[in-house]
Amino acid sequence: MVSLKEKMIHRALLLLSERKVDAVLGFQRGTIPMMSHPILIRHPEGADQLHWDSFCSTNLANYLPQRKERIAIFAKGCDSRNIVLQILENQIKREQLYIIGVPCQGMLDRRKVQAELNGRELLGVRETSQHLHLLGEGFMDSLERSSYLQENCAICTHRNAVIHDELLVEPVLEQEGVDRYEDVRAIEAMTASKRWSYFEELLAPCIRCYACRNACPMCFCPVCFVDESTPQWLGKSIDPTDTKTFHFLRAYHLAGRCTDCGNCERACPMSIKVRQLTKKLEKDILELYGYEAGLSLDQSPPLDTYSPDDPQEFIR
Amino acid sequence: MENPYLPYPVRIDSVVTETEDRNLKTFKLIFLNSADREKFIHRAGQFAELSIAGKGEIPIGIASSPTEQEYLLFTVNKVGVVTTALHQMSAGDVIGVRGPLGNWYPWEQMEGKNIVIIGGGFAFTTLRASIVYLLHPDNRSHFGDITVIYGARTPGMLLYKDELAAWNERDDIRIHITVDAADDPNWQYNVGFVPAITQEKAPSAKDAYAVVCGPPIMIKFTLPILRELGFPEERTIMSLEMRMKCGVGMCGRCNIGGEYVCKDGPVFSLTQLSQLPGEY
Amino acid sequence: MADRVIKKSEFIELIDRLLESYRVYAPVRQQDMTNFQEISAADQVDLSLANTTMSPKSIMLPQSETMFEFNVDKTSDQAAILRETEKDLSPRLIFGIRPCDAKAFQLLDLNFDTVAYKDPWWVARRKTTTLMGLACNAPCSTCFCTSVGSGPFAPEGLDLLLVDVDDYFLIQVITEKGEKLLNEEGIETEAAGAMKQAALASEKSSLQSIKSVVSAASLAQHDTKTLFDSDFWEEVQFACINCGVCTFVCPTCWCFDIQDEVHKDNGIRLRNWDSCMFPLFTLHGSGHNPRAQKLQRLRQRFMHKLKYFVDKYDKGVACVGCGRCVQQCPVNIDIREVFRLMND
Ligand SMILES: Cc1cc2nc3c(=O)[nH]c(=O)nc-3n(C[C@H](O)[C@H](O)[C@H](O)COP(=O)(O)OP(=O)(O)OC[C@H]3O[C@@H](n4cnc5c(N)ncnc54)[C@H](O)[C@@H]3O)c2cc1C
Ligand code: SF4
Ligand code: SF4
Ligand code: SF4
Ligand code: SF4
Ligand code: FES
Repeated sequence: MVSLKEKMIHRALLLLSERKVDAVLGFQRGTIPMMSHPILIRHPEGADQLHWDSFCSTNLANYLPQRKERIAIFAKGCDSRNIVLQILENQIKREQLYIIGVPCQGMLDRRKVQAELNGRELLGVRETSQHLHLLGEGFMDSLERSSYLQENCAICTHRNAVIHDELLVEPVLEQEGVDRYEDVRAIEAMTASKRWSYFEELLAPCIRCYACRNACPMCFCPVCFVDESTPQWLGKSIDPTDTKTFHFLRAYHLAGRCTDCGNCERACPMSIKVRQLTKKLEKDILELYGYEAGLSLDQSPPLDTYSPDDPQEFIR
Repeated sequence: MENPYLPYPVRIDSVVTETEDRNLKTFKLIFLNSADREKFIHRAGQFAELSIAGKGEIPIGIASSPTEQEYLLFTVNKVGVVTTALHQMSAGDVIGVRGPLGNWYPWEQMEGKNIVIIGGGFAFTTLRASIVYLLHPDNRSHFGDITVIYGARTPGMLLYKDELAAWNERDDIRIHITVDAADDPNWQYNVGFVPAITQEKAPSAKDAYAVVCGPPIMIKFTLPILRELGFPEERTIMSLEMRMKCGVGMCGRCNIGGEYVCKDGPVFSLTQLSQLPGEY
Repeated sequence: MADRVIKKSEFIELIDRLLESYRVYAPVRQQDMTNFQEISAADQVDLSLANTTMSPKSIMLPQSETMFEFNVDKTSDQAAILRETEKDLSPRLIFGIRPCDAKAFQLLDLNFDTVAYKDPWWVARRKTTTLMGLACNAPCSTCFCTSVGSGPFAPEGLDLLLVDVDDYFLIQVITEKGEKLLNEEGIETEAAGAMKQAALASEKSSLQSIKSVVSAASLAQHDTKTLFDSDFWEEVQFACINCGVCTFVCPTCWCFDIQDEVHKDNGIRLRNWDSCMFPLFTLHGSGHNPRAQKLQRLRQRFMHKLKYFVDKYDKGVACVGCGRCVQQCPVNIDIREVFRLMND
């Protein structure tokens, strides 16, 4: 994907030297394989640090709330949806942003790849359009790209930026006929007690680091409810009840606001599938309100708004 | 092995509301076990962790002097969880005390010197301990002149009003009480901010140490005046505050640079502070 | 003390035997990672990954641990009086700990085992725990232990060090505590010259394979305030999301919080890992926060490890080069780069 990267550098250079923006938000090559590093570039000379590959999965929208300068941002489909929501929720102004859509083929999941290595150490990766080549001491494996997508990317139906000032390259074809909720239906089909133990197991390894929360572009409350002390809503140990309370309440707070960008899951050091919670709410919102988060600046999340034909009676 | 996290049980003997806004109360504490009392040997300037079972612990400067041997005094401002819980307690209730913790004003170095004590607001607590200590017959002769400048927002916000009045009557201590504003026509002391009064009264820096405790804004404007008056940094002493938990240098949160305020402080000279990052 | 040797097949039996007199902790597979856990049989051990995702610090400093218990029933004459919680301090063995992680315990001793105060639980656990380390024949590309006073075969902090040599483990005896364990279990066969040669060869090739190097030599000389005020923090901090992952996975991050919890009439005082990356860490009751900004919190982590600690103890940096933070930081903030910025 050298060409994408070069285009980015070119665009950044121009935007910065013409002072169209004060800064460009993009990625730098990571210091280890399958990693990337978000950077904010302020000077044209810095533009050549930009990098792009299938591990630039961090949602860059997470760096926007409350910024003051004019920023150009390279936005994948998911990033752009979070930007829409952030604009709707007054975290950043549309006029401040120059959004460069980066059509996305799905990002790769470094942990899935790691699992193939069986303890062997990866020293580098090379990408082609269909394959990921793994290089290590005495081995070179090739993986079929499509089998190692991040789970949210595999079921993504908005790979092109939904809002943009320009597109870096031609849009990619959107995936069609994707079943987004297979896993959610499986959980819904469980008996209550089975479901409870499913979530119990899911969250048992959690170390309460809150990386999932901090990685989320929609978790921008000035003080998160878990950090409040008067009153203190929940304990701070790794007591399972407190841990579950954190996750359940966080998920509810994202109902209709989560874009399924996967940034939470990606950040979790314990590889916990926290999207299992947000996806259920995403499905409910879709079924109840026909709403998909962050597709348009004209539609606020349903739980942020009131409309006379809301499905529930009690709110009228 | 002594467990440094285990508080001594104490009984609240009395509670005195100090200020007109009722936000500051002084708690007089008596040890449940006399053996604990004997172990608790402090110097003025140190603090202790007060423990409210079920609520948590708070670091509070020890307001009683080491010369007041039968009890401990703490004056507590109501701000958050633990201080509010403590304010709701009354005589007879049992709490815990852990300490004494931290260092103290440099009494060894200050011996034979003149002492200038400058305090503002409710940060007067360990200064009260210091004054009572200095005025004790056993100690008074070991120090030179004692000057105190103490200010609060209003007359009703002054701590230890009876003692202030009593000290004001003595001739072995010079005391300048001031308020930011007074609407009481009978107010017989100064009106003005602490820095201004310090400038006006201009205590001599000769052979003197200045001990300064107060809100950041007071400190900020008082230090330049002390410098003008000729107090060198090494004889300008301050007590700092950082959020604390363990109080014994282990939990890692109260550092300023490499110094743990709970263990290496809270008392620092300006010389020491000038070498640390200004992150407090 | 002469090196011993044991066949791997017998070693498995040894661990099973040791389970009778020790609580044994070892790396155990948890999906696609391994972590230290108390085991009940030797076959639970999984040494296939270079190191565990979480460091073994939780064995000495559990993420959440009860310190005291009390009741808040006002009618009781013991109300509000704290009692120390009973702990199981029976002998423990950590098997498979890497030299860097053992060295980390030694560094944490500087914090928890001081002249003025001793953390009773840390000190007791250190005393009752035997560390049977495993040398790293194949360090990761992110390991930089040799730059920070440890190494893939470094004995510091360990009681015994096992070296994997084909079908055998060569056992280096480092302390009397380790020797005692071997003697009690009758592991007395001394390693032959050829075995020692093989172990030495492994050590040499392992050392050579470490390509990741940082320099720490000038840290002590630099002026604290100059480092503190450096411009590079602005750049380093940009990507950080203050998630605290780096501090939780790190073997040399020890900060903790103390909390009270009450259920009905019974209460506990417990301590939990905390992180300088969290805003609550330093928030005053008044609302003032000396480290309110992300930059200040990130700077605190690195200044603490690479400067304050260096100056305070003169025992090097508070980092053992395990590379966990490098691998786990979701946005690739690489401490090796910060070493460079601070040291050079
Ligand atoms: C050395 C020292 C001496 C002090 N002396 C006094 C005194 O004499 N009188 C007085 O009223 N106050 C004093 N304070 C401040 C007092 O400790 C805090 O106001 C108090 O801890 C707030 O606790 P809270 O539970 O009500 O607040 P919350 O905001 O609910 O705080 C929760 C916890 O955080 C910690 N914490 C919060 N703020 C502070 C803070 N400013 N300093 C230290 N820890 C904090 C405590 O462990 C507290 O329990 C002193 C602080 C220090 C460091
Ligand atoms: S909850 Fe997770 S998937 Fe949803 S918006 Fe936040 S980071 Fe993205
Ligand atoms: S990132 Fe993972 S371990 Fe951390 S709080 Fe979220 S779910 Fe728990
Ligand atoms: S700072 Fe990083 S490399 Fe150093 S000991 Fe901690 S986790 Fe390991
Ligand atoms: S793991 Fe990375 S992003 Fe998270 S707090 Fe540490 S440096 Fe910041
Ligand atoms: S309060 Fe724990 S280190 Fe100072």
